[in-house]
Amino acid sequence: MANLQVNLPGLNMKNPVIPASGTFGFGYEFSKFYDINVLGSMMLKGTTLEARFGNPLPRIAEGPSGMLNAIGLQNPGVYAVMEKELVQLSKVYDDKVIANVAGSCFEDYVECAKIISRHPMIGALEINISCPNVKAGGIQFGTDPQMAATLTKAIKEVSQVPVYIKLSPNVTDIVAMAKAIEEAGADGITMINTLIGMRFDLKTGKPIIANKTGGYSGPAIFPVALRMVYQVSQAVSIPVIGMGGISSGADAIEMMMAGASAVAVGCQNLVDPYACPTIIEEMNQILDDMGIENIQDIVKKSHQY
Amino acid sequence: MKNYQDELVIKSITNIAKDVYEMVLVGPGVKYISAPGQFINMKINNSLQPYLRRPMSISDYDDNSLTTVFKVVGQGTEILKNKEIGSTIDCLIGLGNGFSIQDLASVVLIGGGLGTPPLYKLGKELASMGVKVTTVLGFASKEDVFYVDKFKEFSKVYIATNDGTMGQKGNVLDVIKHENITFDYYYTCGPERMLDALVEAYPDFGELSFEARMGCGFGACMGCSCKTKTSPYKRICVEGPVLLAKEVIVNG
Repeated sequence: MANLQVNLPGLNMKNPVIPASGTFGFGYEFSKFYDINVLGSMMLKGTTLEARFGNPLPRIAEGPSGMLNAIGLQNPGVYAVMEKELVQLSKVYDDKVIANVAGSCFEDYVECAKIISRHPMIGALEINISCPNVKAGGIQFGTDPQMAATLTKAIKEVSQVPVYIKLSPNVTDIVAMAKAIEEAGADGITMINTLIGMRFDLKTGKPIIANKTGGYSGPAIFPVALRMVYQVSQAVSIPVIGMGGISSGADAIEMMMAGASAVAVGCQNLVDPYACPTIIEEMNQILDDMGIENIQDIVKKSHQY
Repeated sequence: MKNYQDELVIKSITNIAKDVYEMVLVGPGVKYISAPGQFINMKINNSLQPYLRRPMSISDYDDNSLTTVFKVVGQGTEILKNKEIGSTIDCLIGLGNGFSIQDLASVVLIGGGLGTPPLYKLGKELASMGVKVTTVLGFASKEDVFYVDKFKEFSKVYIATNDGTMGQKGNVLDVIKHENITFDYYYTCGPERMLDALVEAYPDFGELSFEARMGCGFGACMGCSCKTKTSPYKRICVEGPVLLAKEVIVNG
């Protein structure tokens, strides 16, 4: 068995596999399927200062090898997350988790980050400046390097834990975004979020998703995510957690070869609740077959070419 | 075998109405079903297309087998109907809550189209307890009607069709009113418009099973949330699919 241990700012993980935010609820739902302590860490459902119901239904549509969603950051608000969801999670999970923070405006982001970063279960923050499904906040911060940098600086000032910024693929130059947030003091980058997409009903021509557009994720976007992680991890010196369509151990290893120091698994958790433990097992097997003893040896392997 | 999951074996596939098929699946994972009204989430095949699982209702079950009824409406169900007998399907089993089994004097089961099957096992269990069961089933047309004989095993059955080609012309509410059907409690599953109409007519004493597009089926994605009177939101897949009439917000 290879050494899968990964140490990143705020996160000392037994393996590099993390369920991605929005695809794992607040974690405890999966404990009825398996012991979730096998996971490296987990990224919690996006949390905002105030409770949000999210977008009207339908929120889900399907596409070739993927799905479209427009949940709209449904969550009970930061205080309920700490008082209820994290209490529930602490009964079945022993390690630190990553809080995903979102907001409607600059002040909301900063306040929410400040509050949740003080919770003892939180090892790091993931700042969601890339949600395509909310009218205010979200993606505006993720498409303007200057705004992203200003927000990063403000959150770094109030956070008790390391801060990762989640980048959107829906930009012209993702490397410029990454450089801007690195310069602003981010401890790491998580990427990519979903790609904006649509589906229409053939009979009526009406968009299937009530919000009209949604975020596309799943194996269909994997090559796009690989390319972006490859580009960004060459341009910055802070660690990148790579995600976007990972559905197997082979995908996870390829993502780390592209430059990711750890991986997050999203959509595949919804199709297969056992996806993460299966991926961990598969990674072990592949590394053994390759004769690699330490997972660090594959990180950025592609950069030599 | 993993928790709540099994590769169930297809025992039979039977065409029971226009584009409607009944499938019997067997395997030890059926033990995860604990109440009528729960559902399974099926991976149609091992490929990435179709990508998401398909939630399917359960019409009947015992210790080792379950019956599901589906309508061919798209790519996934088209593949499903052509599956080979003896092949397996990856299923998450016993998802969601179910109907409550209560010791009542009389109940009415109200099924609308593909909402009919989840009421069958419930009706059988209630009738076996001595509850007087009446069934009202609504369909679009005669060619869509199924399961009438099955419900006749334990209840008096009334049929409504939108075009009047079988039973009474109209909808299930028309039948209940026209036949002056009285009941202490109702259980229903069907199109959302029908459920909303029933909540408006009988807001205090019934249980409704809702259908929704789901990403996961087990509470992770929040794709199927609805607003209720008792909590800011409930997920159809976990806190549902069965909701109490008194907590349902019409068009919620």
